[in-house]
Amino acid sequence: MFGKKVPLSGRNKQMVKIVDQPEGYEGQGFFATSLDKVIGMARANSLWPLPFATSCCGIEFMATMGSNYDLARFGSERLSFTPRQADLLMVMGTISKKMAPILKQVYDQMAEPKWVLSVGACACSGGIFDTYSVLQGIDRVIPVDVYVPGCPPRPEQIIEGVIKIQELAKNESLRRRNSDEYKRMLESYNIETK
Amino acid sequence: MEQDSYGMVNIQVPAEHLIEAIQALKAYEKAPVQLLTDLCAVHYPDKAGKELEVVYHLHSLTQNLRLRLKVAIAQDAATVPTLCNEFAGANWMERETFDFYGVKFEGHPDLRRILNMDQMDYHPMLKQYALEDETRDDKDDQFFGR
Ligand code: SF4
Repeated sequence: MFGKKVPLSGRNKQMVKIVDQPEGYEGQGFFATSLDKVIGMARANSLWPLPFATSCCGIEFMATMGSNYDLARFGSERLSFTPRQADLLMVMGTISKKMAPILKQVYDQMAEPKWVLSVGACACSGGIFDTYSVLQGIDRVIPVDVYVPGCPPRPEQIIEGVIKIQELAKNESLRRRNSDEYKRMLESYNIETK
Repeated sequence: MEQDSYGMVNIQVPAEHLIEAIQALKAYEKAPVQLLTDLCAVHYPDKAGKELEVVYHLHSLTQNLRLRLKVAIAQDAATVPTLCNEFAGANWMERETFDFYGVKFEGHPDLRRILNMDQMDYHPMLKQYALEDETRDDKDDQFFGR
């Protein structure tokens, strides 16, 4: 794709990629499929990320959002700087213990459904900062869906992480967030459930 | 007591004369000290009775002369007078030194932790505490030396 001109519309249709329609029954004037699939497809392709970038991995995220890698191609160009409108919390960088309650508050403020992507060794496990002031992995305070290893991970890896989140979003049952199992999981992190 | 180390004048001062010394240096005509560049502490666990040393870095801007003032104190009575009245910038630096070494600055207007989390119940730069995070249990093999 790189280096070639991509026409915005017109004959060269194979250059423009759009999402496949979900499985279903089609006839003249109607298309029937399950609600799960349609909603999953819509969610997966319009994830609004909230970047929680605290250090060097955040710089790599900037490259990911830039024109070379361009996370916008995956429906995530709209960065949300308020947690209330975000679907995906991307934690990139070292989280100190003093920052942990703030991270948790940000997660709390996000509306369901929400996913968490932990980018880099620091966010996943504390990384090289095995020290009294650094949180040894954000999964000590909030649940994490996908971990991206690396110090820092390349933009390709971050994109792969986002694609993994998309797969989770696509295949998630609509009832999952109401299940007792999910509530128990949140309670194990001391997160209030309504 | 005066000595020279790394091209900088070192002055040892007992804690009770600290304020006097600073005031004298500020008033010294040939090289008046205007700036407190830095304030920190050092922990020497083996020096009985002088375990903690509070270090003041001073700068005379007119003469471009730097000097170091050191105050040695015992760890169980780690108190020195505050410099907030002499240098407003001492406020946060003293909070930092308190945060990491537990040195109490007498007369400080607001001696709270500044960098570490408020719930922390020790002063992490004192050498009796491990630098590593104590809550990890996955690093116990020979490579990590735990
Ligand atoms: S994982 Fe490495 S690159 Fe990322 S924030 Fe930590 S130290 Fe920086």
